[in-house]
Amino acid sequence: MSVNLHTQRADPAPPPSRTGRRHTRPPNSFWSRLDLKAMPYFLISPYFLLFAIFGLFPLVFTLWVSMQDYGLAGGEASFTGLDNYTKLLADTDFWNAVVNTVGIFVLATVPQLVLALLLANALNKRLRGRLFIRLGVLLPLVTSVVAVAIVFTQLYGRDFGLFNWLLDALGVDKHIDWQSAKWSSWTAIATMVDWRWTGYNAIIYLAGMQTIPRELYEAASIDGATPRRQFWSITLPMIRPTIMFTVFVSTIGGLTLFAEPVMFASNRMDGGTTGQFQTIAMYIVEQGFRNFDYGYAAAAAWLLFVLILLGVAINYTFVRRIGGAK
Amino acid sequence: MTALTQAGPAHAVRGRDRRDPFRATPLTKVALGFTLILSIFPIYWMIIIASRTNSDAVDVPPPLLPGGNLGENIQRVLATEDAHFLTGLLNSLIVTSTVTVSVVIISTFAGFAFARLHFRGRNLLLGSILLTMMVPLQQMGIVPLYQLMVNLGWVGSLKAVILPYLLNGFGVFMMTQYTQQAVPEELVEAARVDGASTLRIWWNVILPAVRPGMAVLALQTFMLNWNEFMWPLIVLTPENPTVQVSISFLTAAHTTDYVLIFTGTALSVLPLIVVFVAFGRQIVGGLMEGAVKA
Repeated sequence: MSVNLHTQRADPAPPPSRTGRRHTRPPNSFWSRLDLKAMPYFLISPYFLLFAIFGLFPLVFTLWVSMQDYGLAGGEASFTGLDNYTKLLADTDFWNAVVNTVGIFVLATVPQLVLALLLANALNKRLRGRLFIRLGVLLPLVTSVVAVAIVFTQLYGRDFGLFNWLLDALGVDKHIDWQSAKWSSWTAIATMVDWRWTGYNAIIYLAGMQTIPRELYEAASIDGATPRRQFWSITLPMIRPTIMFTVFVSTIGGLTLFAEPVMFASNRMDGGTTGQFQTIAMYIVEQGFRNFDYGYAAAAAWLLFVLILLGVAINYTFVRRIGGAK
Repeated sequence: MTALTQAGPAHAVRGRDRRDPFRATPLTKVALGFTLILSIFPIYWMIIIASRTNSDAVDVPPPLLPGGNLGENIQRVLATEDAHFLTGLLNSLIVTSTVTVSVVIISTFAGFAFARLHFRGRNLLLGSILLTMMVPLQQMGIVPLYQLMVNLGWVGSLKAVILPYLLNGFGVFMMTQYTQQAVPEELVEAARVDGASTLRIWWNVILPAVRPGMAVLALQTFMLNWNEFMWPLIVLTPENPTVQVSISFLTAAHTTDYVLIFTGTALSVLPLIVVFVAFGRQIVGGLMEGAVKA
């Protein structure tokens, strides 16, 4: 994420010289100076105005809400300090949601990014019908999350699902109830995420790969490096910034996972009979908008944010090592 | 990241050497073919079920070709009153178009200011946008945002799912970059010297040059917003839903009626597929261009 802030002059522009040129409008210096000074702020004001109301205010106010107890009759709130946080940290349901979220995240993200790398490497070869293939791998991204979840939930159906039918045809005669256990529900949800996002990440990697100078590969070939060696020693280190970007996006997306598990539970927030696939985002909605404990939900939202920061930090140190970083 | 951009467009030249490292092996081609089938199958499966009957859907072996019941199934979805499907579809069109048009306009204005105007605090303000892009605002602020909607009396109204989506840091970021690359600084200076006002420069110099960037942003915003689920599910009522909320209620109320659910789902995806088929090239191009600079 680097807008190159320093490529242009950061100092104010020299006053535009109007001397000696034709004046297409009267030289009304007050208005033109106002235009120069104030117009930029006017142009960016819609964004910042909206951000203040619908972005910054909720974000900051969450902290205040998270220190309130809304559990009283009549809907009044009372200040309770950090009570919600201590309660949450001792709440096994919350920790269950944390474990589920992290579990599904790891189960989904690792194969997804590895597959995306391999796919991008394949897409980077000389191929006929390149645009068609790229569109094909991006098609899942265009399909809405809810739709993906609905289709996959049916495919994972216990009695009439295609996956169980396939397993049956392969001789594994087990009618798996995918929703019932942790491992199976996590796997099912992880495949939904992966189906939708692998192609997108591959296209992003491909864009990174195409900026690598071709001569590097040619030189390596002449020196006798195998394609696999080239992939590890040239491709991976060169696209590390791109990998970093996808890891960040996947971390934020994965830890806030919501639509897939909700639809997998038939539009409920409990995440299965024993909450075996309830994610933190579902837990927040359940606490805040089913049990109407706003304070508790807000505290959970802040803990989710801490978890995201933690996840980003861990992944950052991890990705820096990819491809032999110093 | 600058190293990447400086690396230059070496990829543009595809050599004729048959033994070059960019040759696709048969294994690569087979793997790609398999990937394509996996990518397309779930959508194809959706169409199969949406065009058949419920008894077909549970057949063993499963049906692999579409049937002839699509029209009838669509009528059944529209007649299912508790889903308010038509309302949902219409609402989604209204919300998504409003959000798309507004985001593109807001971002183009701001992008122009950040890329080509000089004002105090520019870098700081742009930096603050980049920083907030990393925060999942929707999830983090969901409780106060809801309370705000209660106080404004907007719960159940489309305003509640339009206004919070108008702030789009990604859009501003993207249009800033696009303007930097599409409009030379000298062009803006020359227009100034000729006495053009800022708004006039925007209209006559910037707008014609950044139109392709606006198109890509519009496409991405449309697709992203059409998909939005968590916030509409919380703040809208079952009687006045967006299409995603509508099919989620359809699923909850008719758990075993696969044909009904799949037909609704297919209809909800249709606008996205239409946009994708019509503008696929621009979408892929926009994603890849954005990726290199990200």
